[in-house]
Amino acid sequence: MKTASNTFNVTEIRKDFPILSTRVHGKPLVYLDNAATTLKPKSVIDRIRRYYEKECSNVHRGVHYLSELATKHFEATRGKVKEFINASRTEEIIFTRGTTESINIVAQSYGRKFLRKGDDILISAMEHHSNIVPWQMLCEEKGCVLKVIPINDDGELIWPEFEKLLTPKVKFVSIVYISNSLGTVNPVKKIIAAAHRLKIPVLVDGAQAVNHRAIDVQDLDCDFFAFSGHKLFGPTGVGVLYGKFDLLNSLPPVQGGGDMIASVTFEKTTYNVLPHRLEAGTPHIAGVIGLGAAIDYLNTIGMDAIEKHESELLAYGTKTLKAIPKLRLIGTAKEKAAILAFVLPNIHPHDMGTLVDQDGIAIRTGHHCTMPLMLRFNVPATSRASLSFYNTKKELDELAASIKRAQEIFS
Amino acid sequence: MSDPRADLYQEVILEHNKKPRNFKKLEGATHQAEGYNPLCGDHLTVFLKVNPQRVIEDVAFQGSGCAISKASASMMTVALKGKTVQEAEELFEQFHKLVKGDLDPEKEPNKLGRLSIFSQIWHFPARVKCASLSWHAAHGAINKQQSVSTE
Ligand SMILES: Cc1ncc(COP(=O)(O)O)c(C=O)c1O
Repeated sequence: MKTASNTFNVTEIRKDFPILSTRVHGKPLVYLDNAATTLKPKSVIDRIRRYYEKECSNVHRGVHYLSELATKHFEATRGKVKEFINASRTEEIIFTRGTTESINIVAQSYGRKFLRKGDDILISAMEHHSNIVPWQMLCEEKGCVLKVIPINDDGELIWPEFEKLLTPKVKFVSIVYISNSLGTVNPVKKIIAAAHRLKIPVLVDGAQAVNHRAIDVQDLDCDFFAFSGHKLFGPTGVGVLYGKFDLLNSLPPVQGGGDMIASVTFEKTTYNVLPHRLEAGTPHIAGVIGLGAAIDYLNTIGMDAIEKHESELLAYGTKTLKAIPKLRLIGTAKEKAAILAFVLPNIHPHDMGTLVDQDGIAIRTGHHCTMPLMLRFNVPATSRASLSFYNTKKELDELAASIKRAQEIFS
Repeated sequence: MSDPRADLYQEVILEHNKKPRNFKKLEGATHQAEGYNPLCGDHLTVFLKVNPQRVIEDVAFQGSGCAISKASASMMTVALKGKTVQEAEELFEQFHKLVKGDLDPEKEPNKLGRLSIFSQIWHFPARVKCASLSWHAAHGAINKQQSVSTE
């Protein structure tokens, strides 16, 4: 593994991402929709191609050369993920389809086994639908009660309200680390410590955190951590569920099939050991190997360098957007990642999205899978520019200029 | 090359967006339905007052949405007033084809009139649903559906 160099050169970095040379409506692509999905470096694309061209085979099943090779690379990624988030054992890394599936596994497995009628499940007002709906489904099934930590007008959790809600009735906390709609960075370490004092396990939705900062699950002391490969510069269709070993080991599988068994007869099946017990069926082998390549790539740049560059972008972007008359930023927390959501009084976000797209600028407009949050801010939708380390100040200037052009049309 | 923005956001559309016609709740409506586009959160209700001769005496809408959906709803209310239910349904068919790019108002017979301003919207696939939302709601109202969703 190459070690991170201390020189961060965005011009050089941009060359690693083939899609950045695309033109959209005749203009150079300005990609500011990284919270939806991140772009893929050439090394990831090449790695996936190499698997299909030179290593294609199933994993954990064959003694033949290719299968052993694929298994080796597949399992090597597990080790890379373990290092990347600083888990203590490779068996704690479960490959899933993405954050959504990771959360659903915990809700369906841990929830079904350990939660009882009348138990509280605690989430926050800024959760993505994927950290709301699985718990609602569980509440419906088991008679648990979903409680929601409120937020203030800056989009920060209201700590005293959290403390009030954190009673012994709470049997699970599931919380987003960085909000995809607001950019708020939640004090998850503090939340976890508070929950653990009452022996309540905590799941952290890390979908938007892994690509913005270094993650250390042991330092956070979270019980579960979920993220998606495609938001970490890897392919779609692959994600990770991290869980503390003993906890994961106590979970019943939610899917049965190949790979997850030790032996099967029609009378009795015994399950395989971790991590395979929770990975039924042929996994997304190319995806996992591609995710490994994404992690290798990030290690050459360094998450700390990424965080530094992005915080400069955030400061610049905040200043630039705030200078636009009448523009209101949604999400002004003190602790923020490089996500800038905004509304303008007389331009609907959907129109804004179409207008800036004509300048080759990709932003997301809508409710961002956080409909309760839109209600909280009393807006039908927002426009959102979500940044990554390959973005530049110049691109933010272009966004601002494009917003101003939209304002002229709607003036 | 002309700016496609100008094709989509024509003066008429911007004006209807700013000052939507018949933007109110209709007292004594005989038909009403909600239109909802979960993708962008556009949400509006269309009200119709249909008399025993099946003529649409009055029509109005309420709700929130993007400029395209609001302008389209506003223009629809103007177009439908005084039409028979059958004429309205014909117009619905034609408008639907128009926004999908399946009807060229210059070449094919139609009764769209000013509504053909939406003829370029099929260049913006994500926005077709915005333009047709109110029409789906009106169509649903006439056919006694309480709510329609464009997803
Ligand atoms: C905070 C957060 N959680 C969960 C998800 C769901 O991720 P996926 O759709 O990759 O499963 C997202 C994706 O937008 C997200 O931003």
